[in-house]
Amino acid sequence: MTAADAHRAIEAVWRLESARIIAGLTRIAGDVGVAEEIAQDALVAALKQWPQAGIPPNPGAWLMTAAKYRAIDRRRRDHLLERKLEQVGYEFQVRQEAAVFDGAADFEAVIDDDNVDDDLLRLMFIACHPVLSTEARIALTLRLLGGLTTEEIARAFLVSEPAIAQRIVRAKRTLASKHIPFEVPPENERAARLSSVLEVIYLIFNEGYTATAGNDWIRPGLCQEALRLGRILAELTPTEPEIHGLVALMEIQASRTRARLGPGGEPIPLLEQNRGRWDQLLIRRGFTALLRAEQLGRPPGPYVVQAAIAACHAQAHTAEETDWAGIAALYATLTTLTPSPVVELNRAVAIAMAFGPARGLELVDALTSQPALKTYHLLPSVRGDLLAKLGRSDEARAEFERAASLTNNARERTVLLERAACTPGPPSPPG
Amino acid sequence: MRFMLTTMGGGTAPDEKMFAEMGRFVEELTKAGVLLATGGLDQEGTHITSSGGKITVTDGPFAEAKEAIVSFALIDVRSKEEAIELSKRFWKIAGDGEGDIRQVFGP
Repeated sequence: MTAADAHRAIEAVWRLESARIIAGLTRIAGDVGVAEEIAQDALVAALKQWPQAGIPPNPGAWLMTAAKYRAIDRRRRDHLLERKLEQVGYEFQVRQEAAVFDGAADFEAVIDDDNVDDDLLRLMFIACHPVLSTEARIALTLRLLGGLTTEEIARAFLVSEPAIAQRIVRAKRTLASKHIPFEVPPENERAARLSSVLEVIYLIFNEGYTATAGNDWIRPGLCQEALRLGRILAELTPTEPEIHGLVALMEIQASRTRARLGPGGEPIPLLEQNRGRWDQLLIRRGFTALLRAEQLGRPPGPYVVQAAIAACHAQAHTAEETDWAGIAALYATLTTLTPSPVVELNRAVAIAMAFGPARGLELVDALTSQPALKTYHLLPSVRGDLLAKLGRSDEARAEFERAASLTNNARERTVLLERAACTPGPPSPPG
Repeated sequence: MRFMLTTMGGGTAPDEKMFAEMGRFVEELTKAGVLLATGGLDQEGTHITSSGGKITVTDGPFAEAKEAIVSFALIDVRSKEEAIELSKRFWKIAGDGEGDIRQVFGP
């Protein structure tokens, strides 16, 4: 095995195991920063030893054991230091249970398999703690739970590597200085904390989903990472319908990956996609996740409703078969859960598809005064489409032109200007 | 990346201990969001050949058990090395035998 092969193999083991190792270490170290440092030390040891000695038969356990020894060493050193400081009369504050250090018990505790799942869940909650900014939560989650390097995260988010490194360092420092406990949040905070985790996972997914530019695999790879995190979280908290809703939503959206870009990389709208290219395996997984959410028998949250909308599209074998009335009803529910003019615009489109353009236009017209949509190009774009269907060509053309002037996407602008040009002009005056 | 892991027939016959360990392994892979689909295949099957517009269908069984795929797992991982590592873990439980690791193109 060449050194390069060994490095790739080590990297693979690391990505499979690092989250569990860091989670276990955080419990005994009481600090994610320290835990990650120790885990990194173990990785460095592997990188040094394995290329020569060969990859051990159970590499995951090797890394875990190496990390544990380091953690215990560190605890012992800290403990000695603490005693010395006490002797000279200093007060030394130790945040974690400062009692008597019991090496053997701690040693066992780190590899306690029954605890691994809980530790992983705690790690997700702490990485997505609301005390951190959204960007910091995303970076920390990818780092601690995805096992991504700082460089990979930087590439994925088109940000410089030092910026990401600093974001992660600051995040860890904030968690330490605010004494954020490593715990599954208590019942009264649980819903809010869970929605923070779900938000981070979905943001990671969307970052990958909208990445159409460039050939860097790492950006689309974010979709896969988010799906992976979502699937793990769903197994860790199976009684939370919203996590199954989010997983369902991501599985179904990911099922369209192959169909949503044309050969030149141009985005293909949902209704024009070749449905034969949709991934039926992911769609089925999405339906299963949605079913799990629904079987919990609680009122649907926003992710469950969005997944149900995605499922309506996935169920239609052709665009014409789409259950628009059903989708419109789901958007109405979504509006009550997360009121937003964008959701309302989507509802208007569904209403227009189900009950005709005039009904849709009424709703869209009511939205034109919304300040939040003032520069949102899809509003004039949708309005233009409905006006064109109603034969109001002049108004339609003006709306398409307006939409073209608002979009930042060059390809989209071309499409909108083409539509404006194709909309028939006023009838020539009788001569 | 998706990989199809296949195993050929004729390996170590499973016992209760292997079943239990394999069950745990499968559960772990499911929990980790890795396992997309898995299944066992009838060794006998039907062979079909198309040659110059002529299609021939032959019922099994065929030659050697170890030449036929008897089970598969479709996994979703981040690299070929991860697929190999997981496959090694599988074989540590499964005992003697052989199989293949092939990337599935697409998403």
